[in-house]
Amino acid sequence: MTQELSRRALMGATAGSLLLAGGNAGAQQKPSELRVGITTFLSGPASVFGVPSKQMAELLFEQVNAQGGIGGIPVKPYFVDEAPGTEHLVGEYRRLVQNEGVHVMFASISSGSCLACTPLSDEMRKTTLLWDCGTQRIFEEGKHPFAFRTQGFGTPEVLAPLLYLLKHKPDFKSIAVINQDYAWGRDSWELWKTAMDVLKPGVRVVAEMFPRLGATDYSTEVTRLLASRPEVILTTSWGGDLVTLVRQAAERRLFERSTFVMPVAEASLQLLGKTVPAGHVIGARGDHWNNHPKPKDPAKLAKFVDGYRARYNEYPIYPCHHMAQAISALQAGYAKAIAAKGGGWPNDQELANAFRGLTFDTPTSTITLREDGQGLEDQIVGLSSFNDKFPFAVPKDMIMFPAAMVSTPVGMKSVDWLKTLTPAILAQTPAPI
Amino acid sequence: MVGWLQDNGLLLGLAALDGLAYAALVFMVAVGLNLVFGVLRIVNVAHGSLFAIGAYTAASLGLFFASQGLPPLAGYFALVLAAALVGALLGPLIERFLLRRIYGHEEVLQLLVTFALFMILEDVQKLVWGVQPVSQDLPMTYLGTIDVPFGDDVIPFTKYQLFVLPGIAVATLVGLALFLRRTLAGRMIVAVTADKEAATAMGIDATRIMLLTFTAGAALAALGGALASPTTSLVPGVGAQTIVLSFAVVATAGLGQIEGAALTSLMMGLGRSVAVYFAPEFEVVVPYLIMVAVLLVRPQGLFGVLETRRV
Repeated sequence: MTQELSRRALMGATAGSLLLAGGNAGAQQKPSELRVGITTFLSGPASVFGVPSKQMAELLFEQVNAQGGIGGIPVKPYFVDEAPGTEHLVGEYRRLVQNEGVHVMFASISSGSCLACTPLSDEMRKTTLLWDCGTQRIFEEGKHPFAFRTQGFGTPEVLAPLLYLLKHKPDFKSIAVINQDYAWGRDSWELWKTAMDVLKPGVRVVAEMFPRLGATDYSTEVTRLLASRPEVILTTSWGGDLVTLVRQAAERRLFERSTFVMPVAEASLQLLGKTVPAGHVIGARGDHWNNHPKPKDPAKLAKFVDGYRARYNEYPIYPCHHMAQAISALQAGYAKAIAAKGGGWPNDQELANAFRGLTFDTPTSTITLREDGQGLEDQIVGLSSFNDKFPFAVPKDMIMFPAAMVSTPVGMKSVDWLKTLTPAILAQTPAPI
Repeated sequence: MVGWLQDNGLLLGLAALDGLAYAALVFMVAVGLNLVFGVLRIVNVAHGSLFAIGAYTAASLGLFFASQGLPPLAGYFALVLAAALVGALLGPLIERFLLRRIYGHEEVLQLLVTFALFMILEDVQKLVWGVQPVSQDLPMTYLGTIDVPFGDDVIPFTKYQLFVLPGIAVATLVGLALFLRRTLAGRMIVAVTADKEAATAMGIDATRIMLLTFTAGAALAALGGALASPTTSLVPGVGAQTIVLSFAVVATAGLGQIEGAALTSLMMGLGRSVAVYFAPEFEVVVPYLIMVAVLLVRPQGLFGVLETRRV
């Protein structure tokens, strides 16, 4: 009898599951709250990005909830620390989806975390917004129907500073690189070198150094750079590593001998104050400078910056902008999905469908998600300078590189695409804004 | 080989200067760890946290002094004051209420307890100082740089790294050696290190010696952090990186060996610097290669002595 009941129950459950999987377009009950799982660094060196972005998420979700939430229900974030590693994160992703019942995941700062989470989004059919990681591999090495990156990625973030350098200092003949010894440090150099070799062949690489992530002393590396006298020094380092490198380099007058290119400098400029001298190439992993010369809505950007400053007594850095972009995409995605369903609450598949091709506002501009899930974000690069408004370096002579110009096309791999570039791309570079 | 040396002699000279400064910082941390292990027989994983808290405290005091308009020399006072404060406050607290409960227990338990303390202190750092990098480089910038000739060129080095750090490290080494060998308190420490039971039988208050030693070790860790603070930026996790290298130094030197810690720090500092110039891929691994090479030949460490088994 028990066996018979179990068999019936099993058949019923199976039939129900099939109905749900196949005919999921039916009525989806509106939840009482929209649960969002957010993976970010809350500890370790990368918490210099993770904690400000968490603060921004809390601030923005407060504002969203004060205005009625998303689709009429409040948003509840669940934060998870990326620092313990990918195995832990994978477990946390599953826990959030299966136990906490989150409706959307935001993942992650680390590229390794994103590479671990995107297969889970496929498996669990859970819409996952890749809100900060930059690795180009995500959408170049596979298709992820439930994953969407709401900002740019490594290739445009490296190519734009290189194009800027080629415009600003076209005659440089030697370069050195000092990047952190992990995926981003190595990948960004590979992308830079590949593009540099086709756009300006013959540049001599006098030093390739990859100190360990989290190094606290660069004095030996600085000595070697002083001795080898490269005309250009590239560093894609970030956080405390970049702060230490810049301080030690500035004290020993390395900035007077070489032009630095720092594609990720923006997040450290506040901390460095006047230490970064004027005239060096700085980037922000996007267009989100707090002194953006032509934001789409100046009042909106001012409110965004001032709101964060009022709460936390510091300027928002680029991970804060990236978090804001993901939250804006979340709002726009739900609005589109609900509208497509005639006011009904979307299921997971319908929600993911809404994100494909979605255009959403950011504090500075708009971003469109391509058919592969990758966001198209413009890149603004400039030269470090000082003015009366900011107590730290901000860019001048900014060039805004359109996302389509510096992004790998859909279906191509970045290194292969970069090899197809010709110096003609320099002619397409827009004038400074 | 001779030709290579002729070609790269100048670079090796630069590497030696860099290695010296790096070795000085490593020694300051490792010597405290070594001292503590020698007397307490506990591998204190939380030593790295004391380094970090010393560094953060020095930076905060330096920033506070600067904000009060005190002269730049006050920045150096901040370094010493931070080490003294951390050593005097945290040292006795940790020894009296935590370590004293686990003396003589299994090493695994001791490791777990000090690791737990390390994790707690890591969070305490984040609570107090946040997660953004903290920097106070006035003690370094105040002294300025000195130009070291390099062929037809000159290479600027900071006087702080070239003179202050090695100078303090040498002073610490000499001072500790004299203290341990020429003073009564020092000899009592040596006696407890050699044989705690015999020392106790001779009337030495081993409990007090252990408290004093741990406090001194904590102060040395904090001083190492304080001295490092003007040259770097402090972020969460800085203590973890320091403690790993310090363990390598202690293991290579021989547990409880002060002079061994100095020599090992110098070897590792120079080895790392040479690697940065000629084989940067090996920069991180060189100190550990040195450790493995030494331990293969002398498992007790460079200066360690084999203990006879007691029955």
